[in-house]
Amino acid sequence: MDAIDLATTTTRDLNARLQAEAPRSNAAYEVLHPGGRHALACGLTAPIAVTLRGHVGYYCAGMNQNATVTVEGNAGVGVAENMMSGLVRVKGDASQSAGATGHGGLLVIEGSASARCGISMKGIDIVVKGSVGHNSAFMAQAGRLVVCGDAEDGLGDSLYEAVIYVAGKTGKLGADCEEQEMTEDDRKTVAELLARAGLTGDPASFRRFGSARQLYNFKIDNVGSY
Amino acid sequence: MCGIVGLYLKNPELRGELGALFSPMLIEMSGRGPDSAGIAVYRGEEEGAAKVVAYHPDLDFGWQALAGELADALGAPVSATQVANHAILAGGASPMVLRDAVFAQSAGVRVMSAGRSLEIYKDIGLPKDVLQRFLVQGMAGSHAVGHTRMATESAVSTEGAHPFNTGDDLCLVHNGSLSNHNGLREWLATHKGIPFQTDNDSEVAAAYLTWRLSEGANLAEALEAALVDLDGFYTFAIGTKDGFAVLRDPIACKPAVMAETDDWVAMASEFRALAGLPGIETATVWEPRPATVYAWGRA
Repeated sequence: MDAIDLATTTTRDLNARLQAEAPRSNAAYEVLHPGGRHALACGLTAPIAVTLRGHVGYYCAGMNQNATVTVEGNAGVGVAENMMSGLVRVKGDASQSAGATGHGGLLVIEGSASARCGISMKGIDIVVKGSVGHNSAFMAQAGRLVVCGDAEDGLGDSLYEAVIYVAGKTGKLGADCEEQEMTEDDRKTVAELLARAGLTGDPASFRRFGSARQLYNFKIDNVGSY
Repeated sequence: MCGIVGLYLKNPELRGELGALFSPMLIEMSGRGPDSAGIAVYRGEEEGAAKVVAYHPDLDFGWQALAGELADALGAPVSATQVANHAILAGGASPMVLRDAVFAQSAGVRVMSAGRSLEIYKDIGLPKDVLQRFLVQGMAGSHAVGHTRMATESAVSTEGAHPFNTGDDLCLVHNGSLSNHNGLREWLATHKGIPFQTDNDSEVAAAYLTWRLSEGANLAEALEAALVDLDGFYTFAIGTKDGFAVLRDPIACKPAVMAETDDWVAMASEFRALAGLPGIETATVWEPRPATVYAWGRA
C-alpha cells in the first residue's frame, strides 16, 4: 500500500496521482493527515482502494467511479456527491448532503448522517448504520436509502421513485412521502444492501417509505426510466 | 459566507497559549471570509477593572487626551493603552458607565466592547493581517471567539465586522443572515433602551441576548428564547465572561463542527480550522444538531 502524506502533498497532487491510475489498476493507497481538507480523492475512475486516515472536509470522494474510498473519521458536507459507481465508506459521521445527486454505487456511513442525506439521489444506494437528519432523500429520484437508526422530520419530501427503508423512528414525513407495505422483495433488498454494507440487522424490522405520486405528474409508462 | 471559530480552555494551564492556539484557527477560515476579521478574547479577569475597547480610524488619534476627558467626566482615573487603531480604556465604576461616557463624547470613537474580561479587536483586511495588527498571537486568556467576514447584509467596514458586543462581557459571532432584524432592532432600541452602532443584523442578535440576560436568563435560556424570536439562518458562537455557547438554526444550512478534549472545547465552521489543535487526533468531534443549545462554563 502506497502512503501519501497530506502534510507534504497538496490536494491537487493527491487527486492527480489517484486519477492517473490505469483503468485496470488495483492499487491501494493510504492518505495520511487529511486534516479536514476539501475535495479529497475526487473524480477517481480506476478500481483502486483509497483509505483516508482521519477526518475529511467537503465533497470527499465526489464523482467516484469504480474506486473504493474509506474515510477513517468523519466526513464534511457532500461526501460521495454525484457518485457514479464504486464504494465509499465513512467510519464516523457524515455532515449534511451525503451522497447528494449520486447516480450509482454504494455509500456506507457507519456513524450517523446529518440533514439532507441522499438529497436528489439518482440511483445511488446509501446505507446508514446510525440515524439521518431532517429532509433526507429530498427529491430523491432513484436508488435506495437504508437507515438503521432514526430519521428526523421531512423524510422523503417531494420524493420521486427512490425507496427509503427505516428501522427506527421517523419524524414527520415530508410532502408526498408515505409509508408503504414492506413486501418480501423489500426484505430481500434490505438484506442484500446490509450484507453489501457489511452490517447486520433484521430486515423484518425495517419499514418502507416511498412516493405517494401525488406531487408530480407521474406517468406509469415511464416507470422504466427510474 | 463567513467563517466562525471559538476556543474555550477548560485547562487553566493553557491560558498563556490562547492566542497561539486560536490564531491558526482563524487564519484557516480566511477562504470563508477575506473581507475583514475580528476576535473577542476573554482575559479571565472577572474582577478586573471596567474596560472599553474603542476604535478610531486615525492611528494618531489622541487617546490620552480622551482618557483625560473621560476621567474628568467620571471623576475617576481612566487609562488608555493603544493597540493599532484600537485602544483599551480602563477605569470608572462599571463597564456600562465607562461605555456610556465614551458614547457621550463626540470624537468619532466607536465602542468595540465593554466589560471586565472581554476585549474585541476587529478590522477590515485578511485575517492573518488583522491578527498581526492586534498582536493576537501572544494573547493570554480563558476563551476566544473569532470571525472571518464575507459581507452580505451591510458594508465592509470595521464597525460591521464581528464579533459584536452590546452589553457587559457578552459577544457574538454569526454565520448567516437574519430576516427580522429591523423590527427587532427598533423594538430593543425603543422599549429596552439598547444602543445600536450599526445596521448589521448580527448586532441585533447580540443585543437580543444582552437583553435576555439582563432580564435574568442564563445564556442557555437566552438562546432557547432566541430560537423562537430570531428568524433567519444562523450559526452563532457566543462568549460571556465565564461561558461559551453554540447555536444553529432549525434548518442548519450554515455549517459547524465541534471538538472537545479534557483540555478544551472548540468550534469552527469547518473541521480544518480545528485540525491543528493539540490532542485533536483523539478528541470527540461532532456536528452540532439543529436548534440545540450547546453551552460550557457558567453559561
